[in-house]
Amino acid sequence: MTLTGQTSTRKLLYWGSHYLMIAAFVIFALFPLYWLLKVSVTPNDILYTEGVRLWPSRTSWENYAFVLTQSNFPHYFLNSVIVSGTTALVTTLIAALTGYAFSRFAFRGKVIIVALMLITQMFPLVMLIAPIFKILAPLGLTDSLTGLIIVYTAFNVPFATFLMQSFFDGIPKDLEEAAMIDGNTRFEAFRAIILPLTLPGVAATLGFVFTAAWSELLFALMLVSSESASTFPVGLLSFVSKFSVDFGQMMAAGVLALVPACLFFLLIQRYLVQGLTAGAVKG
Amino acid sequence: MASIQIENARKSYGAVDVLHGIDLNISDGEFIVLVGPSGCGKSTLLRMIAGLEDITSGAISIAGTVVNELQPKDRDIAMVFQSYALYPHMSVAENMSYALALRKTAKEKISDAISGVAEILGLTALLDRRPKALSGGQRQRVAMGRAIVRKPQAFLFDEPLSNLDARLREQMRTEIRKLHRRLGATSVYVTHDQIEAMTMADRIVAMHDGIIQQVGSPVEIYDRPANIFVASFIGSPAMNFLEGSYEIADATTAGIRLSDGALISVLPVADAKPGQAITLGARPEHISIVADAQSGGLPAKVELIEPMGLSTLVHVTLAGKPIKIFTMDRPDYPVDSFIHIAFDMAKIHVFDTASEKRLPPANAAGILT
Repeated sequence: MTLTGQTSTRKLLYWGSHYLMIAAFVIFALFPLYWLLKVSVTPNDILYTEGVRLWPSRTSWENYAFVLTQSNFPHYFLNSVIVSGTTALVTTLIAALTGYAFSRFAFRGKVIIVALMLITQMFPLVMLIAPIFKILAPLGLTDSLTGLIIVYTAFNVPFATFLMQSFFDGIPKDLEEAAMIDGNTRFEAFRAIILPLTLPGVAATLGFVFTAAWSELLFALMLVSSESASTFPVGLLSFVSKFSVDFGQMMAAGVLALVPACLFFLLIQRYLVQGLTAGAVKG
Repeated sequence: MASIQIENARKSYGAVDVLHGIDLNISDGEFIVLVGPSGCGKSTLLRMIAGLEDITSGAISIAGTVVNELQPKDRDIAMVFQSYALYPHMSVAENMSYALALRKTAKEKISDAISGVAEILGLTALLDRRPKALSGGQRQRVAMGRAIVRKPQAFLFDEPLSNLDARLREQMRTEIRKLHRRLGATSVYVTHDQIEAMTMADRIVAMHDGIIQQVGSPVEIYDRPANIFVASFIGSPAMNFLEGSYEIADATTAGIRLSDGALISVLPVADAKPGQAITLGARPEHISIVADAQSGGLPAKVELIEPMGLSTLVHVTLAGKPIKIFTMDRPDYPVDSFIHIAFDMAKIHVFDTASEKRLPPANAAGILT
């Protein structure tokens, strides 16, 4: 065999195994989603009778139709969109301002504030449910979307702040100083120069907080009791009844719940890709 | 354009004093270079003039107005940063027009100003590009253009050339100087590069440890350094120093006795007593290689010959101390051989070792006073 022949076989092997591993990982990661989809389109009458098959012998949209028209799901859905969207916006706004302050200013008590914010991340959430309920109940914030938004925002702000701070750290101080000399106040410089450059960071933070709020179950379950203020993760549980689980409908609802999250990420992905690799190379 | 006055300006970060009472008057249209090693406070002083750092005490005035409490935007100064600090999301034209747009200047006026400045700086073809599509030298020009377009009271430069390669640096040095002549703008330029300071400044402000060591024209600073720090910092290759004690021969000649007993003749200095510890400073070009001891030469051991093209630098040791000699000849002494060197008596600097201050010659006969 010639030298070039050897090299090309080696290359082929190298890239072949490379793609094989990636494919294995992708299949592993996506299989549950596939199963979700598969069960959601399987008619109820053959769900248990066909055994384990990769694709049902016949498909139907009846589960989707039921979820959309016969259940409370559209309502839960709307609640989730309101709660997650608002939480993402409010958290990102607070995190951007706080992160900027952490990144740019030296002030008294900074270390203490950072330490306190880190400590809030150390407690298991379960520990905090009772005290939070105690605080929110007299304020009339249990069983309300506002209460959920406040709790989610409070829990997400520390991490989002550190995330935003790291993005601001990556932007040279000279830029806003140049803008301040050019005629901006510091806040104007932040808005006109720094924020546009941090869009990937803002997108990443929005995405992170949105998904965290979107899939949160524990607080949504404990703080909300009425149907009118339930979010979709709680709604999913309503398909579990005392005697049976409506897997088909549950999976259909699950697939539908993926839609807004997918749309949201589609919207921000252009910034996100930049954001997640920011700082990897010197720009 | 405007003058800048700095009166007893101090800066401390907590308990650390960075600037210890700076007094400096910069005249209208003057090109001042603040020079010193890193950490000497030169950039801090510049940033205090710009308003990017608070003044702990003292006063800074621009055009007669005390600006201590004014925001940077209200001081009407322009600054060129070491990193250029171009706005990455804006085109060259937008970068240059940003300040004017903030001042609500009419669009036609802005585009006139920009095309004028772009013409001067050779940026006309680049106006639509983003900073990332520019080379280092082009970015530097845009940063300059952004400053010039505004016609500010004063220009502040914070080591603007240190990110460029040697050739470009030399070229930009000349261009900035020409621009200054053309615009006549008051400029404060910070650098750690003494060649930039020498070539560009009307006056050099040599700083060390937050204190101004000397203010003077480049030639003044080079020929009459106020102390050992200035003498060693300004000049490349750097000044040679030898320690010894002062001896008086007669009214016109004195000498410095080195540790190995050799005597180097100097002009008598006014404030030195016999036996006083003296540091002698001699620039490499003021030491010559002579034939033998009869010509007044001291024996020195050759360590290294450094050809520099135009000239040659001969490294020797004298009384155990390294000495550099600048010569336009092309010497080829073998390493470890002995040669004889002679000091130009009229151009030797005498410093008091204890205070490190320069001791000027007693009479006016010498070139140095």
